[in-house]
Amino acid sequence: MNKRATFSNSWLAAALLLPQLLLVFIFFYWPSGEALWWSFTLERPFGGGNEWVGFYNYLSVLQDSRYWGSVRVSVIFAIAASALSILLALMLAVFVDRRMRGHQILKTGFFLPYALAAPAVGLAFRFIFAPDAGLIAGINRVFPGLWNPALDGNDALTLIILAQAWSLVGYNFIFFLAGLQSIPRALLEAGAMDGAGPLRRVWDLQLPLLAPTLFFLLVINITDSFVNSFGIVDIVTSGGPARATELMVYKVYTDGFQGKDSSLAATQSVILMVLIMALTFVQFRFIERKVHYN
Amino acid sequence: MIERTPVFDAIVQVLLVLSFVALLLPFWVVLVAASHDFHTVNQVPMPLLPGRHLFENLATAWEKGNFSRVMVNSLIVAIAVTAGKIALAAISAFAIVYFDFRLKKLAFWAIFITLMLPLEVRIVPTYSVAADVLAPFEAILNLTGLSVDLPQWSLLNSYSGLVLPLVATATGTFLYRQFFMTVPDELAEAARMDGSGPLRFFWDILLPLSRANMIALATIMFVFAWNQYLWPLLIITDQANFATATMQLQKVVPNGVWGEPPVWNTAMAANLIVLFPPVLVTLLLQRWFVRGLISAEK
Repeated sequence: MNKRATFSNSWLAAALLLPQLLLVFIFFYWPSGEALWWSFTLERPFGGGNEWVGFYNYLSVLQDSRYWGSVRVSVIFAIAASALSILLALMLAVFVDRRMRGHQILKTGFFLPYALAAPAVGLAFRFIFAPDAGLIAGINRVFPGLWNPALDGNDALTLIILAQAWSLVGYNFIFFLAGLQSIPRALLEAGAMDGAGPLRRVWDLQLPLLAPTLFFLLVINITDSFVNSFGIVDIVTSGGPARATELMVYKVYTDGFQGKDSSLAATQSVILMVLIMALTFVQFRFIERKVHYN
Repeated sequence: MIERTPVFDAIVQVLLVLSFVALLLPFWVVLVAASHDFHTVNQVPMPLLPGRHLFENLATAWEKGNFSRVMVNSLIVAIAVTAGKIALAAISAFAIVYFDFRLKKLAFWAIFITLMLPLEVRIVPTYSVAADVLAPFEAILNLTGLSVDLPQWSLLNSYSGLVLPLVATATGTFLYRQFFMTVPDELAEAARMDGSGPLRFFWDILLPLSRANMIALATIMFVFAWNQYLWPLLIITDQANFATATMQLQKVVPNGVWGEPPVWNTAMAANLIVLFPPVLVTLLLQRWFVRGLISAEK
């Protein structure tokens, strides 16, 4: 903040900041604090407040194989969806950046999936990949029982990964394209003069220069897959079959609202929060570096 | 283009067109499925060309999903969230950039760190706060030894419940802060010399200057707010009056509340209705949308 401050009316400044600080306190910090408090306590069965139990909740969560199942599924989901989406978006951006005929229409088309709500994506994918109707069902006519996300956990996980990857392609594409367009053309021309063909230029010039964008998108995609996947899971699989798609966020929701176990849900929330904080922190560090070296 | 590479270009062009078709296929399938009757939509393989029942299915879905009501709700919520976010972002950033006071850094970080606390990871306690908004203050007052009993103010089943918890915005505040930093200092000095106070300067000079910023922010926030799903699902039990459009998707899922054998045609028609507004905004305001996204992440 190097700008010379111009006004010195502290009361006015406080009044301007108050509404947002109030909302942030009520809906962000207080609930986060409460989650922390609940994770170290248990509600007394007949009322009368909470009882301090130390790390009891954490131990019971961490010793629960169902919890580790949801961690495993979340990690596979996040990594697979991010990788798929980023690779596809990168290829598309490199191609669109060649600005051939129709690149504006392509750009709009590639970006459009990003506008959809997660449950809308989920509903569309559930139909397209349904075992008995839609686009893919024909495969079961040829190989009966090959594809059935309602019964087979791996099929279900594949399905939500595809849906999540599809919904993220547009975002990644836009960032890669912006990154590519900020590379000076002269650099590419110099490469061409030295005899590097288009693929060689992608590999030796554009990809290394896109590394920061790639890293940034990786963090954003993984965070999004951990946090924002509720709508897809809820509509496509409801966590099933046999918990094969019970992502961490979805488990917090079922334990907290269907199982009504606030302490258990809060403990998992806190673990998830720490994870998101770590990811965001990594991203901040990276932004800082970018600013320094620019 | 740098050099002529006809073969390579042809391959690229083919790959691009194939990807384009593949990526837009889900939209097409939704549209096609929404335009057939119950029998045809369940055929394997499904037809790939639209049928003649689109408007009929849209009408059925509209009726069943109570869309006359929920579309209005979603619109109210999305507009309120968007306007609220822009207003809060602008005044908070104004205070942070143009005023000199202690705790300025603290205020900035207090807002900025909320980026690390998305709704999904604090969902259970946020719900309990929404059920009793004054509880935090009551708890604090009780800690200080004053035993007070504040009235219970619940946000469940209300528009304020759908809007208020979503209005605070680290992204927006950051975007506005970045913008204000680029406004030359001389402008504020000149305004002051001409006798304008801070509010006048904010309203007459800064806000009009930030118009591009505002539109970019508005497009991303509108789509964000329209697409909210988990939060409305939790706090709205009075479905008849306060349900939002995205919530209705849960009801059209097979084995959902509508219960019949999978009526995919009306389910996809409902999906079409729900995804139409954000897609329209994105198409019409794509330039602004992209600009908002990219500058928000810098």
